[in-house]
Amino acid sequence: MIDESTTNSEVVLEVEDLVVHYELKNETVKAVNGVSFSLTKGRSIGLVGETGAGKTTTALAIMNLVPKPPGVIKSGTIDVCGYKMLELKPKQLEKIRGKEISMIFQDPMTSLNPVIPVGDQIAESVRLHENVSASQAYDRAVEMLELVGIPGERAGEYPHQFSGGMRQRVLIAIALACNPRILIADEPTTALDVTIQAQVLNMINDLKKKFGTALIMITHDLGVVAKMCDDVAVMYAGRIVEKGTLEDVFNDTKHPYTEGLFNSLPDISKKGTDLKPIPGQIADPTRLPEGCAFAPRCRYATDACREKPPTIHQISPTHFVECTAYDDPGFHIEGWQNHG
Amino acid sequence: MGDTILEVRNLKKYFKSPRGMVHAVDGVQFSIERGQTLGVVGESGCGKSTLGRCILRLIEPTEGEVIFEGRDICKLNKRELKELRKDMQIIFQDPFSSLNPRKTVLEIISEPIIFNKLMKGASKAEIENRVLELMDTVGIAERLINSYPHELDGGRRQRIGIARALAMNPKFIVCDEPVSALDVSIQAQILNLLKKLQKEMGLTYMFITHDLAVVHYFSNDIIVMYLGQIVEKAPSEILFNNPLHPYTKALLSAILVPKVGGNKDSIQLRGEVTSPIDPPDECRFAKRCDYRCEACEAGNPPLLEVEPNHFVACHCIKPGENLLKEREGYVSAG
Repeated sequence: MIDESTTNSEVVLEVEDLVVHYELKNETVKAVNGVSFSLTKGRSIGLVGETGAGKTTTALAIMNLVPKPPGVIKSGTIDVCGYKMLELKPKQLEKIRGKEISMIFQDPMTSLNPVIPVGDQIAESVRLHENVSASQAYDRAVEMLELVGIPGERAGEYPHQFSGGMRQRVLIAIALACNPRILIADEPTTALDVTIQAQVLNMINDLKKKFGTALIMITHDLGVVAKMCDDVAVMYAGRIVEKGTLEDVFNDTKHPYTEGLFNSLPDISKKGTDLKPIPGQIADPTRLPEGCAFAPRCRYATDACREKPPTIHQISPTHFVECTAYDDPGFHIEGWQNHG
Repeated sequence: MGDTILEVRNLKKYFKSPRGMVHAVDGVQFSIERGQTLGVVGESGCGKSTLGRCILRLIEPTEGEVIFEGRDICKLNKRELKELRKDMQIIFQDPFSSLNPRKTVLEIISEPIIFNKLMKGASKAEIENRVLELMDTVGIAERLINSYPHELDGGRRQRIGIARALAMNPKFIVCDEPVSALDVSIQAQILNLLKKLQKEMGLTYMFITHDLAVVHYFSNDIIVMYLGQIVEKAPSEILFNNPLHPYTKALLSAILVPKVGGNKDSIQLRGEVTSPIDPPDECRFAKRCDYRCEACEAGNPPLLEVEPNHFVACHCIKPGENLLKEREGYVSAG
């Protein structure tokens, strides 16, 4: 769909025209409807959007973890470090997951096994991927714990003995134990308090620099994106509606939905400014409209927007927006200048 | 002095646990003026929700007074309390579990009207009209009157929770994390709705949240809680421009701003959180505080007014004197 400006750096992930539906008895949930993006070594991209935007489904598809049934990958290719993820057999996938690409989930309590000490859970991942003895793997686990700021002597403790922030760090230790090239973090700090969130994000940033890991940050929090990401892809109803560098999307916002997201946030530096929420409800993925999915909530929408799928416009070599309104060269969103 | 609607004096709530007494709320004191919003911020486990529930006597306080319009609600009997609940309502965080899944929108909103005999002798049609009026106030389409909660999304469910609270014509509403479970675009709709209702109906809010940007947007005064106690209390502007307590500073520095380059390194809190179970008689934040000294072990610091309307509980900050400023590594602004 969109050509990334070619750079010299090594591409570690390439997602092309991904379409994922959940086919239920009475209805089809169109979760992801044509998503393409790529990621180069050591860079970070933020997938931003609200509930039902298709962020998590995109991530699961990259790992080839979409539950089937009811999930159906309708089309698309996913290339992780040269491996075609959607074509591999389960045995081959096991080798890649955890080794080339890892994922951390939102809820640190349910993603850890409650009856196995955390050290063993980290070591398990090491033993799966690397030809090492049990004791070497355990040593590595202790080392990883220290790296994420947990004293190594706590490796024998069980998940319930740790606080939420520490459990999330254990998950990060598991994910990074084999030094993967890509880390997918799905809302890693949403369940955490702000001061703990700051600790965890700083740590992810440090480790990312240290190992040169590429990062996909899935979040609904634009503040987290501003802190963590080089690039941003804003998702709505299963499509990327705007994509660019952090500066492109934050300082030169083009898509009306992205604008709406910013206007919905209280601004700490300006008290008394009214919030301008996006009217209406989030698009129902079982009943997507004919034209642009955002049109029913968009204050700039015209008949053209409602009738045909949105068109893609390239603003700069790095900045893309999917919005029919830009067919008119004179179109611009309101009041953006006041924000940046 | 303005028109104080609610005054809380030395409120305590202890829970029994196998390992001792959990000091969930431990000597909290504040008041709210009519028509204003008091924001209560703090991280999980600081006792902010327990505080909200104690004020409505949804849970029985261990000690202290809650004076609502001149009457101590802790001394009321069941009948008087039921009468008073018309004036004091609560909106819960989770719009999924706070609505009865087996009742329709009509039944949910009309229940308090019928239970409290607010419209004695009214016909079904009259009650339905009142429900429609409330639905209109909170912005739910008429056609949804016979829907069940599971058919509605989070934003609409939260609107029903608000309509249910408004059904009693309350004067005071505790909003316990009312937007935390909602998406940002919907969150802004609900915040605007709550603001509009406050203006039109002269409501007083106690707004409990962990989201500092929201509390800043919404509140006149803010109290910051840490392990069951107030560590700082000030008008919103003063608190955000000149936070004094080391915990407030760390909390404010951890806010992530949605701007390019807007996020400096936050103040990192180290160390273990003091257990709320039978805490020792010292400053509860001391173990995580970068500026602690011997003084911090000398009992629990009282909440002092260090400048007009600005209260801080720290051994090292006294009226006209901030000893922290001389300590190593002191960060001045928030």
